Amino acid sequence: MTGRRGGRPLVPAYLSTGGVARPSRSHLERLSVLTAAGPPAPAELPAAGLALLDVLAGGSLTVVEAAALLRLPVSAVRVLAADLIDRGLLLSRAPIPAADRFDPDLLKRVADGLRALKH
Amino acid sequence: MASAPSSTSAVHLPDTAHDLVKILVAGPFGVGKTTLIDSVSEIRPLHTEEQLTEASAQVDDLDGVREKVTTTVAVDFGRISLPDGVVLYLFGTPGQERFRALWDDIAYGALGALVLVDSRRIDASFDVLGLMEESGLPYAVAFNAFPDSPRHHTDAQLRAALDLDPTTPMVTCDARDADSSLDALLALVHHLIDRDPSEHR
Repeated sequence: MTGRRGGRPLVPAYLSTGGVARPSRSHLERLSVLTAAGPPAPAELPAAGLALLDVLAGGSLTVVEAAALLRLPVSAVRVLAADLIDRGLLLSRAPIPAADRFDPDLLKRVADGLRALKH
Repeated sequence: MASAPSSTSAVHLPDTAHDLVKILVAGPFGVGKTTLIDSVSEIRPLHTEEQLTEASAQVDDLDGVREKVTTTVAVDFGRISLPDGVVLYLFGTPGQERFRALWDDIAYGALGALVLVDSRRIDASFDVLGLMEESGLPYAVAFNAFPDSPRHHTDAQLRAALDLDPTTPMVTCDARDADSSLDALLALVHHLIDRDPSEHR
């Protein structure tokens, strides 16, 4: 809602993906979970790709969380993540396992969880 | 309850995170979306910078926020880890027609929306309610209680002013207060549970 906080990012968004505007895979949602796959990053990896692997070194993040931490638009992280997945450096999974997508119990678990947080 | 981790390490998802779900916190600028998210989020609310599309820039209504002339908008979000591996994300969603493409992207897969309304400027919420009706996303309305909010309106008057369906939950909350914000979210989730299962998308 506000302007940029804390100065300009090092790499402008339009350069962070090497000029690629669309991700090579279209299924990455804001809440898709990204996890580093393990193999060491090759030296020729673009800086923004390395930065994405860097923030995932401590554990898994959603696409939108990685975007916020890297101060890149969600669209740019989608492109970067898709490239890293293609290179076998990154794993992604959907926000909800397919089996749970229509689980009528899910809403009830959300309600129970929220109620338990009340003081 | 809202803790403020100083490093990014606290942001990483716990290994137990299994079902990631989201609820939109929608409303006009300055209605208290970020305040509500901040009051219940376990992480310091983060934000992404989103580009506005060309088409949306044509209906440029910046009532009361005339200093905002940037072509990006920041979308705040927070996170609540619940038992059983459920992680609930709250996305502050600007509810103006010019953010339509952004809205559709954020709303994809959402459980529903909590629409925050400022009773001192109800007309500022007409856009967001229009978007809600068009998108078909189920929602509840929460009036954010500002100290100088008018108190002489009856529920029936407010419901009529917003043209709400009789079944749409309407509550009052204090977005600064965690318990009050949780109650507003619960009003929405109970509404989602109570809906006719055949309506579920």
